[in-house]
Amino acid sequence: MNTRQAVGIGGLWDQVVRNLFRWFGAIGQEFRTHRGRIFVIAIPMLWLGLFFLVPFVIVMKISLATPLFGQTPPYSPLFDHAEDGALTLRITWANYAALLKDSLYLKAYLNSLLFASVSTTLTLLIGYPIAYGIARATPVWRMMLLVGVILPFWTSSLLRTYAMIGILKTNGLINQFLLWLGVIDQPLDLLYTNLAVYIGIVYNYLPFMILPLTANLMRMDFTLLEAAADLGARPWRAFLQITLPLSLPGIIAGAMLVFIPAVGEFVIPDILGGPDAITIGRVLWTEFFTNRDWPLASGVAVAMLLLIVIPTLIFEYVENRSQGKGKGA
Amino acid sequence: MNRRPWQLYTAMAFGYAFLYIPIASLIIYSFNKSRLVTVWGGFSTAWYGRLFDNAQILSAAWRSFLIASGSATLAVVIGTAAGLTLARFGRFPGRGLLSLMSSAPLVMPEVMLGLSALLLFVSMQELIGWPTRGMSTITLAHVTFTACYVTVVVRSRLTMMDDSLEEAAMDLGARPWKVFFLITLPLIAPALLAGWLLAFTLSLDDLVVASFTSGPGASTLPMLIYSKVKLGVTPEINALATLVVTLVMILVSIAGILLHRQQKQQQRGA
Repeated sequence: MNTRQAVGIGGLWDQVVRNLFRWFGAIGQEFRTHRGRIFVIAIPMLWLGLFFLVPFVIVMKISLATPLFGQTPPYSPLFDHAEDGALTLRITWANYAALLKDSLYLKAYLNSLLFASVSTTLTLLIGYPIAYGIARATPVWRMMLLVGVILPFWTSSLLRTYAMIGILKTNGLINQFLLWLGVIDQPLDLLYTNLAVYIGIVYNYLPFMILPLTANLMRMDFTLLEAAADLGARPWRAFLQITLPLSLPGIIAGAMLVFIPAVGEFVIPDILGGPDAITIGRVLWTEFFTNRDWPLASGVAVAMLLLIVIPTLIFEYVENRSQGKGKGA
Repeated sequence: MNRRPWQLYTAMAFGYAFLYIPIASLIIYSFNKSRLVTVWGGFSTAWYGRLFDNAQILSAAWRSFLIASGSATLAVVIGTAAGLTLARFGRFPGRGLLSLMSSAPLVMPEVMLGLSALLLFVSMQELIGWPTRGMSTITLAHVTFTACYVTVVVRSRLTMMDDSLEEAAMDLGARPWKVFFLITLPLIAPALLAGWLLAFTLSLDDLVVASFTSGPGASTLPMLIYSKVKLGVTPEINALATLVVTLVMILVSIAGILLHRQQKQQQRGA
């Protein structure tokens, strides 16, 4: 078994080397045939490589360091320089051990997932009728309604979240309205609750759900619904059996656009949520700014990458591939 | 069968009210005379006057404006190069990597982008003594994530666009850079403007990445607003928020009208 494994690894190595050679050869070929092009390609490649890829390597490096509070930089170096010039590698897994040991981090992770999934569901429930209405409106109305959805998206998320405080607080608009109606006689505690976080996320991300859904529903053939009605289906049944399944790609696209940023959200839970509305974004922020523990904050970032970002990218890749296949068929 | 039942209208009205009532109430209460934010004490523009006397807010606003315009301009250059590469150059070594790098920041949580950018700047400063944390580091970090949005805009515009004009120019012997500046660039100009505005507003609104990458004394407007919001709602912030929201809405409307006109012209020309 050992020999087979060795052959397997050797074969893999062989392939890697061969591919590397092929890759360098292709770059050389590219440079000979399209000399101008390579400069255009190099601009974004170098910029994103330096400012996006390299930082992740550094984050991983620092997540293996020990915090040195009050020093610059506030973490231990990767290598120790001994006096005789020898280098020793100094890494510690203590930050990751802390993430696993302290239940706070697990709670933050589960909380983030809970906030994101509840808000995504609410966004879908509120966004779907709007998207449906826009898709079926006359072209002039459709244009105006779309602008009405997009315009708030351009304004600052921080300011919109701030505006929500004025609506939700004890003497805010909702409580005043409900008191005036006589539905309640004591103001409700809305601000600094999980409900406030849900409302805040839905409010901020509603356009992300409506836009892909509208695009999808606009392509739908609405004569199918007439056919269903002619065959005796009630509107609800026609909706559940025809419209909903046909709009599934739009629902998935919209849900992804809401869910992904909502999981890592910092501003909304921090401003609208209570002290126990701890999310991964808030934990990372606190470790960095309040506790000044850069290595632990880096550990949280690496965990975030492994548990949220990479699964998302894989899901998107699989989703795109299956859609591409569907189109080809 | 009624094609548009009343339930649909109700749901839509509720949705749009939800989108606009918070902003509307913010704007209305910024003209409130009373210091108590929930009690209406008559019309007044006093809070706006106070705003313009506050040197701290003015300098933060100016700093945010400089960072946003600088980073949006650089982001358009980099995003256009990336969009052109991905839409027009076909297969080349590293295409997958570029595609990944230019879409990953769109799904990356802001706290991660901020932390990783800061750690890069700290390491760079240790190695080569540059850059010092402050406006320059915020700008560099903003360029990186806003360029990805510009890439999406430019790339989709180029994929939708017919490349026959570019090919005709090539066939007639124009050099590639000449084709780009004389044909491609004018055709994608509206997309570039939209991309610039998108990058500008994203940078102007950003709190998280700026907080991580900023240095002492380099607070941007969102950072200042955030520190004030943590202390509670005040009429001054309402006034400030009203100004920012109005400015952004005017800019976006101008861009929208420009884009719409250009599209109409192209449709007529075609």
